[in-house]
Amino acid sequence: MHEVDMTRALLLAMEGWRQSHTPQVPRVGTVHLQVGAFTCVEPDQLVFTWQAAIRNSWLEGAELAIEPVALLGRCLRCSATYAPEPERGYRSPCCEHPMEEIVQGRELRISSVDYHLPQPGTATASLGAVGQSPPVTTPPFPASALRP
Amino acid sequence: MHMPLEDTLGLNLLAANQHQAAHNREHFDAWNLLCLNVMSSPGAGKTSLLERSLPHLAQEFAMAVLEGDMTTQLDAQRLEAVGIPVVPITTGRACHLDAAMVSGGLRLLRDRLDPASLDLLWVENVGNLVCPAEFEVGEHRKVALLSVTEGDDKPLKYPVMFREADCVLITKIDLLPYLTVQVERIEEHILQVNPRCRVLRVSASSGEGLEPWHQWLRQEVALQRSNLAAPGPDPQRIAAPALSALM
Repeated sequence: MHEVDMTRALLLAMEGWRQSHTPQVPRVGTVHLQVGAFTCVEPDQLVFTWQAAIRNSWLEGAELAIEPVALLGRCLRCSATYAPEPERGYRSPCCEHPMEEIVQGRELRISSVDYHLPQPGTATASLGAVGQSPPVTTPPFPASALRP
Repeated sequence: MHMPLEDTLGLNLLAANQHQAAHNREHFDAWNLLCLNVMSSPGAGKTSLLERSLPHLAQEFAMAVLEGDMTTQLDAQRLEAVGIPVVPITTGRACHLDAAMVSGGLRLLRDRLDPASLDLLWVENVGNLVCPAEFEVGEHRKVALLSVTEGDDKPLKYPVMFREADCVLITKIDLLPYLTVQVERIEEHILQVNPRCRVLRVSASSGEGLEPWHQWLRQEVALQRSNLAAPGPDPQRIAAPALSALM
């Protein structure tokens, strides 16, 4: 159920991004999302709800590509990095120290968006081989675009 | 055919919620109150704990409750009965409160009282061990409850909630004589996920352990006040323009 709310958050973020391109409506090929293992999001379910949510919207056809990010903790006793296995708990295998520091695994981040801007007069611009050409990187869109 | 574009965003999925949560927190700071987000699975005893604790604490603190519930106002009615102002927030389909819902609750609260007169604002979240952990509402502290009947494995199965908590209350300890669960194992599992949180054993029905819990609250209220009174930028002055923008 929480994937529905996460999808809503994702659509809200995408809407803010779209507005940064106004008046054009970008045609999105792929949204790249990093999902950490130490979050409440199940990637498969998120893709499922995404596909349902974008139907008949400006994002129709856009793919949600999820890059899973494993959980890594750092043992504060010996500085070793370790991947906790929920079966054996979250203590470090080296020193049995509790998981004080999380190095990675809390990500819920839209890392990038592959898209085309329709050229004037060609409303049906082909998406082509998205991601094959050197990407053009534009500055991150302003957080202010997200304000409700 | 033109080149495909790629925007590098690095944007947190929850950025919009976090923005609203920060906005809520500015208000809480301007009102000089401590806001607590109380979370647990359904039936762990959030409302029972508040029913028991609030009458005690009311002798020292002015308080109000924002009460999240999916469909009913039953919990809000229970808490109104102990004489504390309660604003119910019915979330409908959503299984957690988000910062915008709490902002809406604050507007309703302001119709009834001046929030600057409060010392403590409780946000009782929807019963759920998963989503509320990810959606902050502007709280200063997160309190998670885990009842002894839920088993000692829950901190390992739902680690994000226990990782995020500042205080974990192990509830219903009056039932321990009837159970095989070992409370020490529950504590150990919480602390391996989050060694920095305060773990306390309580029973709302017998009253056992409530005093250390109330003592923790007193300490956090005092800490919050000293943080706000600390030299540096005056939070009230910073928050003032934002206040008029929202309300």
